[in-house]
Amino acid sequence: MRERLAQIPKPMRENLITFGIVVVAFIVMQILISLNMLSHLMTGLLVPLCVYVIMAVSLNLTVGILGELSLGHAGFMCLGAFAGAFFTKVMENVITFSLFRFILAILIGALVAGVFGLLIGLPVLRFRGDYLAIVTLAFGEIIKNIINALFVGLDDKGFHFSLRDSLSLGMGEEGRVIINGAQGIVGMPRDSTFLIGTILVIITLFIVLNLINSRDGRAIMSIRDNLIASESVGIDVTRYKLMAFTISAALAGVAGVLYSHNLNSVQATPRNFGFNMSIMILVFVVLGGIGNIRGSIIAAVVLTVLPEVLRGISDQRMLIYSVILIVMMIFNWSPKVLEWREKHSLKEWLSRLRKRKAKV
Amino acid sequence: MKKFRKLFSLTMVAVMAMGVLSSCGNDARDTFMIGGIGPLTGGAAVYGISVRNGAQIAVDEINATGGINGKEIEFNMQDDELDAERSVNAYNSLKDWGMNILMGTVTSGCCVAVAAHTAADNMFQLTPSASSVSVIEGNDNVFQVCFTDPNQGIGAADYIGQVGVYADGGELVSRVAVIYDSSDVYSSGIYEKFITAAAGQPFDVVAVEAFTGDSKSDFSVQLQIARNADAQLVFLPIYYNEAALILTQAAAMDYFPVFFGCDGLDGILGVENFDTSLAEGVILLTPFVADADDARTQAFVAEYQRRHGEIPNQFAANAYDAIYIIRDIILHSGATYTMSISDLGNALKKAITEISFTGLTGDNMTWRSTGEVNKIPKAMIIRGGVYIGL
Repeated sequence: MRERLAQIPKPMRENLITFGIVVVAFIVMQILISLNMLSHLMTGLLVPLCVYVIMAVSLNLTVGILGELSLGHAGFMCLGAFAGAFFTKVMENVITFSLFRFILAILIGALVAGVFGLLIGLPVLRFRGDYLAIVTLAFGEIIKNIINALFVGLDDKGFHFSLRDSLSLGMGEEGRVIINGAQGIVGMPRDSTFLIGTILVIITLFIVLNLINSRDGRAIMSIRDNLIASESVGIDVTRYKLMAFTISAALAGVAGVLYSHNLNSVQATPRNFGFNMSIMILVFVVLGGIGNIRGSIIAAVVLTVLPEVLRGISDQRMLIYSVILIVMMIFNWSPKVLEWREKHSLKEWLSRLRKRKAKV
Repeated sequence: MKKFRKLFSLTMVAVMAMGVLSSCGNDARDTFMIGGIGPLTGGAAVYGISVRNGAQIAVDEINATGGINGKEIEFNMQDDELDAERSVNAYNSLKDWGMNILMGTVTSGCCVAVAAHTAADNMFQLTPSASSVSVIEGNDNVFQVCFTDPNQGIGAADYIGQVGVYADGGELVSRVAVIYDSSDVYSSGIYEKFITAAAGQPFDVVAVEAFTGDSKSDFSVQLQIARNADAQLVFLPIYYNEAALILTQAAAMDYFPVFFGCDGLDGILGVENFDTSLAEGVILLTPFVADADDARTQAFVAEYQRRHGEIPNQFAANAYDAIYIIRDIILHSGATYTMSISDLGNALKKAITEISFTGLTGDNMTWRSTGEVNKIPKAMIIRGGVYIGL
């Protein structure tokens, strides 16, 4: 067995471990649920965990693999969330098979977010420098504000749009408001399940990991490592940058659809789709290790569960959470701590123990 | 050595798993456990904290007099950071704690998300302040202590049109401007119904100006438009912090219309660094004023001030009432804490339609089975730095 494992090339072995972690986590959670041993809080957190894992992995594609900074990832999530929710709300009584409707919603969410990613990337990714960070930062806020001012209604004559209020939609008697400005979309069926969430995580991992280990992925990473060198060997820099960024945006859209269908309503607030959320996702990526997909998954899970588990110490919760965040950041990234960890690692300790034994 | 490593990793997994599990199937309670959800941190924390403080006073009072049926009740308020997803997390966390009645959530957006879960569990839910209609729509287990937003809008239009408001010169107001927060559920909800209801009233809406949560510090443009339209009354279906800014900026440009607001304006006299003389003549429709002279309100305000050093707003009063409403319907229905969540929910949602409740925020309040409260809005005017009933 061990020999056979060793025969598999290393990147593939690493990928298999990552997939394995997700599958094992899923099975363990399912067993705990069926044994009725999982708390309500954890059961409720399972789908959000999938959402944030997808967000972190997709952002890592932009930040870690492509080497561009995106500060508006929550904006793409917002687009996906609203596009998917809009479709579901309109089609609620037309397509009654909820799984099929949800899959379509996911595809639409991914498409809309991906198209916007492409549109933003087209001009911006031609530049060199931190322009993507600036533009995505603005984009995230603009999307949030537009959706907060957007009113869309549906009656027998078709769709009505307004940027003023729902009264000016001018709908007929039977008309219903789909997107109601700041009140967002309310009263959707809750289609997200842990199983679908896990499948989406696996699909995301499959896309991202395969991309990284493909010819295109190596081209993308070469742009990150040395732009001039990669240009000199004939790599179409803009095309590969666009490719990575669009895929990243589309995956964030998928996470958004999963998010909005986990709640029965979706509103664009500063809390869920604002700048802070984009930074939060970036923290997942940085903490898990830039370019390290497995690390992103673990960081997203830990940092999503942590504030909920800390509810017991109510008032000091956010304080403790931020202290833990800083400590983790230092533990993972400070050169001095890395050096110390090298010296005192379990591996080192064990091998020293083994050596001593050999001597004896 | 290998064995040690295996053992070590197994223990680690076990320890982590213990953290994840814990306290499940907590169905054997020994009292009524009331949960609360609201924003306790972040920008909207003032509302959540008010609700927590107000509810805690009611809980302590009830417990001091022997609780319900001789059993002290428990109250636990959890933070949702004004986010729907966190709100659902808070709800699940409270279920792990053992909650069997929910007094929450404080804000409408979060309440819609949580109500879908309480409806699935058939848990009785009474929200002190989530005033959107979508909170109660389709959920027969959710009830409100506050007015719904549409009722406030209609009430305001009715008041201006039927009762009449007099402008400075002594003439009846006939030209009205509206300034509202289009990014806020509460504000846009009231605004829409106000406009609809105003169509049938003997006054004209001459200007409608919106602002958003991202740009709520400079209102000079909106005020200028209202003045150019010669509006005698400016309707402000917004919260008091922005209203205080609007009043200050209007005075700075020598524009003195009548300002008319809803329950969100309650608290305007307590805004820091606000010249309260500018609030002279402001009219608001609100269920609660801290200066009311009935004994219960005064006792509540005194107790709140003693504990927290500030005057309670309508959120605190609504929460205080909510706890007493829950006590009354438990006593009325004869429900016990040993009942399952769903049975308790059925008993309480039947009971609340049968009682009539008099509290800080209204006399003889009754509820329809839709969840809407039936009470009479009080119009207040600010004179000499205090609220006076009209």
